Amino acid sequence: MAEASPLARFWQEFRENRVAVASLAVIVAIALVALLAPWIAPQDPYDIGKLVLADARRPPGHAGSGGYVHWLGTDAQGRDLLSAILYGLRISVQIGVAAGAIAFVLGAALGTTAAFLGGRAEMLVMRFIDLQLSFPAILLALVLAALLGQGKWQIIAALVTAQYAYFARTAHGAAAAERAKDYVEAALSTPMPARAVILRHILPNSLPPLIVVATVQIANAIALEATLSFLGLGLPVTEPSLGMLIANGFQYMLSGRYWISIYPGVALIVLIVAINLVGDQVRDQLNPRLKR
Amino acid sequence: MTAPVLAVRDLATHFFARAGTVKAVDGVSFDLAAGEILGLVGESGSGKSMTGYSLLGLIDPPGRIVAGSIKLAGQELVGLPQAELRALRGRRMAMVFQDPMTTLNPVLSIAEQIRLAIAAHERVSPAAARARAADVLGRVGIPDAARRLDAFPHQFSGGMRQRVAIAIALLHRPDLIVADEPTTALDVSIQAQIIVEVRALVRDLGTALIWISHDLATVSALAGRIMVMYAGRIVEHGPIGAVLRAPQHPYTQGLLGSLPSRAVPGQDLVQIPGLPPSLAALPAGCAFRPRCERAAPECAAAPDQATSGSRGWRCHRPLGAGAA
Amino acid sequence: MSASGESGTAVSVTGASKQFAPLVALGDRIAAALGGSVERRSVRAVDDVSLEIARGETLGLVGESGCGKSTLGRLVAGILPPSAGTIRICGEPVMSQGRRPRKLTTRVQTIFQDPYASLDPRMRIGTIVAEGPVHHGLVASADAAAYAARWLAKVGLDPDAVPRYPHQFSGGQRQRIAIARALAMQPEVLVCDEPVASLDVSIQAQVLNLLLQLRRELKLTMLFISHHLGVVRHVSDRVAIMYLGRIVEIGPAETVYARPQHPYTQALLASVPQLVLDGDAPGSFRPIAGELPSPLSPPPGCHFHQRCPVALPRCSIESPQLRDAGPGQAAACHLVASR
Repeated sequence: MAEASPLARFWQEFRENRVAVASLAVIVAIALVALLAPWIAPQDPYDIGKLVLADARRPPGHAGSGGYVHWLGTDAQGRDLLSAILYGLRISVQIGVAAGAIAFVLGAALGTTAAFLGGRAEMLVMRFIDLQLSFPAILLALVLAALLGQGKWQIIAALVTAQYAYFARTAHGAAAAERAKDYVEAALSTPMPARAVILRHILPNSLPPLIVVATVQIANAIALEATLSFLGLGLPVTEPSLGMLIANGFQYMLSGRYWISIYPGVALIVLIVAINLVGDQVRDQLNPRLKR
Repeated sequence: MTAPVLAVRDLATHFFARAGTVKAVDGVSFDLAAGEILGLVGESGSGKSMTGYSLLGLIDPPGRIVAGSIKLAGQELVGLPQAELRALRGRRMAMVFQDPMTTLNPVLSIAEQIRLAIAAHERVSPAAARARAADVLGRVGIPDAARRLDAFPHQFSGGMRQRVAIAIALLHRPDLIVADEPTTALDVSIQAQIIVEVRALVRDLGTALIWISHDLATVSALAGRIMVMYAGRIVEHGPIGAVLRAPQHPYTQGLLGSLPSRAVPGQDLVQIPGLPPSLAALPAGCAFRPRCERAAPECAAAPDQATSGSRGWRCHRPLGAGAA
Repeated sequence: MSASGESGTAVSVTGASKQFAPLVALGDRIAAALGGSVERRSVRAVDDVSLEIARGETLGLVGESGCGKSTLGRLVAGILPPSAGTIRICGEPVMSQGRRPRKLTTRVQTIFQDPYASLDPRMRIGTIVAEGPVHHGLVASADAAAYAARWLAKVGLDPDAVPRYPHQFSGGQRQRIAIARALAMQPEVLVCDEPVASLDVSIQAQVLNLLLQLRRELKLTMLFISHHLGVVRHVSDRVAIMYLGRIVEIGPAETVYARPQHPYTQALLASVPQLVLDGDAPGSFRPIAGELPSPLSPPPGCHFHQRCPVALPRCSIESPQLRDAGPGQAAACHLVASR
């Protein structure tokens, strides 16, 4: 009798939390529409040639000159906000996932290796990471974004540099605990080579806390990117992300044209809250101390 | 024999888990006289610890005592409110755990812990408490007790910590002490020291002691009477020598046979086949039946308690007089 | 197989020591760098131990906690490198020298005390058992499942255990899996570190019987470590008694138990409660006086002299060497020589 894999058991338990399942559905839906944005958005907001200034700052429901309704209104350049949000979400999701994944791999490799090697190498790496973590991530990201300049990959590089340390510290803690367990000793005394022990034993058993950190950090990466863009340090003006849409609409907030800032903001909040709700459930399931 | 200090009748403690009802203690009855040491023996999951916890009212939800009666010096404990049980614990009855650090507070000195334990039940001046602490620590064999009063638990070895825990249990000269695997975590030589001291203390103070252990040899060195538990029930009880010399229940015999010290070195040990049953899904009839070599059709019905003099067993096919 | 491997000695330990230096706090290190005096105490867990185990023999290693028996086991198993001395399995060194010592041989395998910790919880049983053999080329990875099933059958488990996970098994079954993992490497020597200490009495007997049966069948050499004198007596051909890092007595199990020569062995044997079957009187035993000294600061001379009923003045100064004390028996006691 083959037993359900840990992943299958995880999913069975996850399904019991309806809020988490709904949040996961929201994330999947956002991810889908974001990725499919070029095909489903009524307008390409990056194509300046298609923007009509006559349609600028129109309220939601305005029938634009392009022959379609601007359901969420338009911004100061006459961009269809719905399209801009879909494209903005696309950027947010891409940057969040890419930064999260790269930081995950980098941090996990660094932290796990440090924990396995021990001694001086471990001490140097971990002290450096402690030092880095004593600065707020936003500060580091701001400095790096200013140094590296605008662009998607520049932002990702800045976010990875700011965030890998969280993964490294978590990976180090988990791996150090696993390193001391008998099954690792058993594998080493077989003997299995160090690389196999790290990859096959220590890493898989260190994953739970890393996955929890990953959900939090993807949400953080998305928020950080929005913050950088809001401050004008993120993506170029020609490719507005959610943060920049909010920033651009900000000056019109008090003149009653709320939609330019509010709708991108709502999209951002829904995405981040959904990720965090899923993250909470994942944490509850993976943290043995919270188990009955 | 005078009236027993402790009289337990048909005690049943069940745990209501999602997976089903776990009958941890399932109809346990016994008496205990003052100054008597009773060895409660069984494997993990046999219900021996839960029996001890039930006696002191230490069962937490989802578990609860569902039936039976526990009379301590005539007073019924089952159904007593928690506040009254708390008032009795430490004064009339006390518990010693396997890990003494469950009782000891790591940030308080030994003297302070003992003072608090005294003050929980009576008014006492700090000086008097100190004197009593030194006295009781000396009694449990802590050398130089007066000088070590201000030490903290971590400055003591495992054996010394367990002695402190026993000293605290003895403070109010309770009627009953339940000790749950108190020497299991200790080294052989320290275990022997504690057994000798406990034996003397019980004799001097007249406390009734229930010594819960999986180790038959330790129990045989200490207890006058033994109860063997299996799957929440007492399957055999009686004077220790008689039970160990001629066990009636096949499970008791199996336990004895599996002791390496009784076998010819290098020869196979008598082993009980199979695994202890899950308490959530006990086999019908005698719970030991699936592992029993003597099992017969009648074992499909739960055996009643059979008694003979001071001994008793629950078995349809006891081993009889000649068995050993 | 090397030539010396045929000589009949499976395990040879020569002058092995293992020291553990406690981590020095950063503040202390700075103080030391600035010329302050910082106390550096290291624990000598194993202190100049030499012994041999013949092919097919079982040596029992007994002692109380902190005596270094597990550390010695880990040295023999190639889990820890010795601070000094050498350990050879069938004539070959167990570990490479150097800054990052590596285990060289697969001829010694280990069974650990806690079967709940020694199996990777995220790995299927088949992979746990076959991982090492596949890596070392004992079996092709295509045949790994069948190979694992065969070893699982040998330890009395159903082959349908292969695709399952450790949490689905009881402690005794897990220990069987751990035994299968060790034996699947086809070792000559098995180091058993308290293999039954965390099991229930009835399960202990099952696992001990299994070990005895496999030892006969596979002609295994064993180093059997336990604090339980009865268990050690049952499985061992010879026994070694350890006290605070040193072997105080070694010899054939029967003679050491019947005629212990070292006062510590005598006291240890006398302190174990025996099961009494004659009469209703509680069993007779005599505890050893005093406490185990801290391994951080063992007493000078013979480590046992403070608790020893027959100690002489020289026992607190001069540490005794192992001396012949009968056929095949040796004890580290000044009094043995004068007998």
